[in-house]
Amino acid sequence: MVVYNLYIFNRNGQCLFYREWLRRKQTNMSKEEEFKLMNGFLFSVKSFVQRLSPVDLKDGFLSFKTNCYKLHYYETATGHKFVLNTDNNVGNIRDILHQLYSTIFVNYIVKNPRASAVDVIDSDQEIFIEKLDEFISNLSIFSQTNKA
Amino acid sequence: MVVHSFYVINRSGGLIFSYEHSIPKIELEKTFSYPLGFVLAPSDKGVVVQFGQRDGIKVGHTIISINGVPARGNNIDFSSAPSTATTNDDEPPSSSLTNSYDIIKYLSDPSHYPVAIKFGRTRLAGNEKLILSSIFHSMYAIACQLSPELNSSGIRELETDQFKLYCFQSITGIKFVALTDLKQTNADALLRRSYELHSDYALKNPFYSLEQPIWCPLFQQTVQQAIDLLERTGSPYA
Repeated sequence: MVVYNLYIFNRNGQCLFYREWLRRKQTNMSKEEEFKLMNGFLFSVKSFVQRLSPVDLKDGFLSFKTNCYKLHYYETATGHKFVLNTDNNVGNIRDILHQLYSTIFVNYIVKNPRASAVDVIDSDQEIFIEKLDEFISNLSIFSQTNKA
Repeated sequence: MVVHSFYVINRSGGLIFSYEHSIPKIELEKTFSYPLGFVLAPSDKGVVVQFGQRDGIKVGHTIISINGVPARGNNIDFSSAPSTATTNDDEPPSSSLTNSYDIIKYLSDPSHYPVAIKFGRTRLAGNEKLILSSIFHSMYAIACQLSPELNSSGIRELETDQFKLYCFQSITGIKFVALTDLKQTNADALLRRSYELHSDYALKNPFYSLEQPIWCPLFQQTVQQAIDLLERTGSPYA
């Protein structure tokens, strides 16, 4: 099992943070463009799911799969959106994303007086990046193929 | 195990076949006193709850009827139906014109209370299905663009907390889409089966023209049989 990359968006759709652990294909656009496309895409998926649903939804959109990757989506009450791409064999990791939010993001960004939860997380936030890397690489879904 | 609905989308994102198998009916009738406590808004489907969900009435539900009289879009006409709960007794006897109200105005008048309102989730209208299928068509394309891995396909399986959407694209570019509940298994087999059925009963039909809506009764029947089989036995093949 493989973890590819992580996007964090704020409620205005700005990409606060992007990190990749393994990525075999880059898009043919700049990173800025890609973040905008991803955010717009998630916005449409969310509204699509709301409109299509035959029953009332609670959490709404959770994940989708293609033949080679799976995109997991988690949105907090503050409108922060966490998007983690993994390979196809990963099950439901909503609780992992919630844990990532509550233990890493809240502790090292929200509670950090030198960081802002609504602004872009720059590379000065070494402790956040370090803890995030540690958290992801200790996950059971982050396997040997990722480390190679 | 339930398959909610089944759709076929052509190469350019147009909906060419839709079949609703079992869509749960969500309706709730309650008697309210003034003030109502919901934020209501007019829409093309009728009056929608925008804010203030409670007692099982959720944001997105529309008003189906008031005091047993069915709503007509954003309006209601009490003259056509026999008035069961006559809350508007004190009004002067009126012609049929004045018995027709704008629902939001009607519900903002305290003299019309208490009032029994039936809320519910409306089914997708034909136009909405067309819009959603072309949205899905573009989402499918963007999902391959945003892939971190080489040679990715588009969305195969989309999961929410209440339902799953499965999509199978044939090499000719036609998408077969099924909406199921979370417990349904083997939906991929159903989509593959429906591709066979599409080839047999739509493409081989001399009166069918490519990329156009499918009006072949045999296709509809056999798809329905395959879905029934899948729900009962877990396989779409007899």
